[in-house]
Amino acid sequence: MNRPSAGTSLRFVILLAGAAVMVVPFAMMVATSFKQQSYVLTPDLVPDHATFDNYVRAWTSSGFAHYFLNSAVVSLATVLLVLLFGSMMAYAFARFEFVGKKVVFYSMIATLMIPSMMLLIPQYFVARDLGVLDTKSGLVMFYVAGQLAFTTFLLRGFFAGVPRELDDAMLIDGANRLHIYWHLMLPLARPALATAAIFTFLGSWDEFVWAVTIIDSKDNRTLPMAIQLFQGQHGTSWGLVFAASTIAVIPVIAVFVVFQRFFVSGLAAGALKG
Amino acid sequence: MTDVVTPTASTSRLRAPRAGAGPRGGRGRGPVRSTGPRHGSRLTPYLFLLPGMVLFVGLILWPIVQAARMSLLDWKFTPGVSSPFVGLEHYDRAVHDPVFWKSLVNTGVYMAATVPTQLALGLVLALLLNKAIAGKVAFRVLYYLPVITSWVVVSLVFEYLFSTSSGLVNHVLHDGLGIGQEPVNWLGQRWPAMAVLSMLGIWKGAGWSMLIFLAALQTVPKDLLDAASVDGAGKVRTFFSITLPQLRPVVAFVTVMLVIGGFNVFISVYVMTGGGPGDDTQVVLTYMYKQAFEFLEFSYGSAIAYLLAIIIFGLSFAQMKLFKYDEEAS
Repeated sequence: MNRPSAGTSLRFVILLAGAAVMVVPFAMMVATSFKQQSYVLTPDLVPDHATFDNYVRAWTSSGFAHYFLNSAVVSLATVLLVLLFGSMMAYAFARFEFVGKKVVFYSMIATLMIPSMMLLIPQYFVARDLGVLDTKSGLVMFYVAGQLAFTTFLLRGFFAGVPRELDDAMLIDGANRLHIYWHLMLPLARPALATAAIFTFLGSWDEFVWAVTIIDSKDNRTLPMAIQLFQGQHGTSWGLVFAASTIAVIPVIAVFVVFQRFFVSGLAAGALKG
Repeated sequence: MTDVVTPTASTSRLRAPRAGAGPRGGRGRGPVRSTGPRHGSRLTPYLFLLPGMVLFVGLILWPIVQAARMSLLDWKFTPGVSSPFVGLEHYDRAVHDPVFWKSLVNTGVYMAATVPTQLALGLVLALLLNKAIAGKVAFRVLYYLPVITSWVVVSLVFEYLFSTSSGLVNHVLHDGLGIGQEPVNWLGQRWPAMAVLSMLGIWKGAGWSMLIFLAALQTVPKDLLDAASVDGAGKVRTFFSITLPQLRPVVAFVTVMLVIGGFNVFISVYVMTGGGPGDDTQVVLTYMYKQAFEFLEFSYGSAIAYLLAIIIFGLSFAQMKLFKYDEEAS
């Protein structure tokens, strides 16, 4: 690389300042999670008498181990079902001509524009009529339905790019459509599936509104709603609140850092083709 | 969830190499283009669609219709009790409801503050990051971090940072820089609270615009940029004459998405101010939520939701026309 010019240095300084603005709130959150209760209302970035106590209490007596497990179960179930159903639909759209194809496809795309909260009230009653209020399956079903359109759209684009000659070769060898879908399309689509999986995971891991609307019992709470309710009840226990928050954020950061490159491709697919 | 099994079992039964001879294959709707050597059946695509479509129709499409119905009825939520049709009464109520207007104004203020700022910041950050620079990946991760973090968590963090007596912001402003007589009660007054909510929106969203612009900048043809620099165009000139016009469809996309996102502001308000003090920081969706799930006014809530959807669709459509998005994209 060339020696940095004045322009490059300036650029670096601006980016660094911006990064500081991004990081300070997180740093405060983590710092506060290590503060003793008598220190939480001090604005220090490096806590005096740091303690791990908040994490122990959040994980055990405040029940966040259980909420963490709920979030994990709900998110993983959502990811698996979205990938399965979404890839099946994408395969149908990419490889078949059938009556109603355009109508179905474009109505799915159109719903991507609808704010999900607009459907909250009628969805609440659908959930009631299905008897899934206050259940984890009620969360999973509606998360899957909400994420299907994007996943289908993303995977259809990928499947359409797979050369048809590969299908034809397998058909001549006596394979059926299900075989092609399972043994050809899905393995080839691994990067696209990873992208869809990550977006779906984050979407359901962070989801709050639907959970807080249909879940009543403590047993079924997921992390975001548990954190919000906990803060509502223990307004000034910021150490505990932020210990729980940090626990909730760690998987998100891990997923993001490990699978970074899939993010860019997913966003680019949404942005540049949409 | 037994749907998962259905297509598996049925499609494998359709293995026989007879063209369109599935059990309900010959419904006489004319020839359908064959998609390969004579295999499968006309039913096959529908079987692949089935499980997803059941969820999509039942949990997304039906609620869209149902929301419209509920907004026109005086909805009784007890099962079995019939709900009388009241026409546009709930819409009329919204139009004459000062709190609804206040929530609309607050949403508008939030958008005016967040949309252009995120657009500009996203573009500037993307341009800064589009060159070889130390720590490029780290910067990208840091700027994107707020985007993927739960709204609940970041709202609580901002509530803590802006708390009156001991928040970091008041500490820096008041104790550090000596600005103001008293610490600012940020979340207890309408406009300071709206300012904090907007700051949170910008902080959380800027990385998203950045990443999309960054991806789009890769697609600007390099020879165009080279040609411009050979012709002696400076950096600023090149940006406005080459890069920005090339980015137009992406700018349009980001703008539309940010406007939709702005109307969707909910969790931060719900968590940080609850729409208060009074109804001073109510936005459209928190007001809808309050009407529906606090006052059990489900019909009125649905009418508010539909009004919002109509506004969003209208604005998105207008923006696409404005940017001539359709021509550019296809």
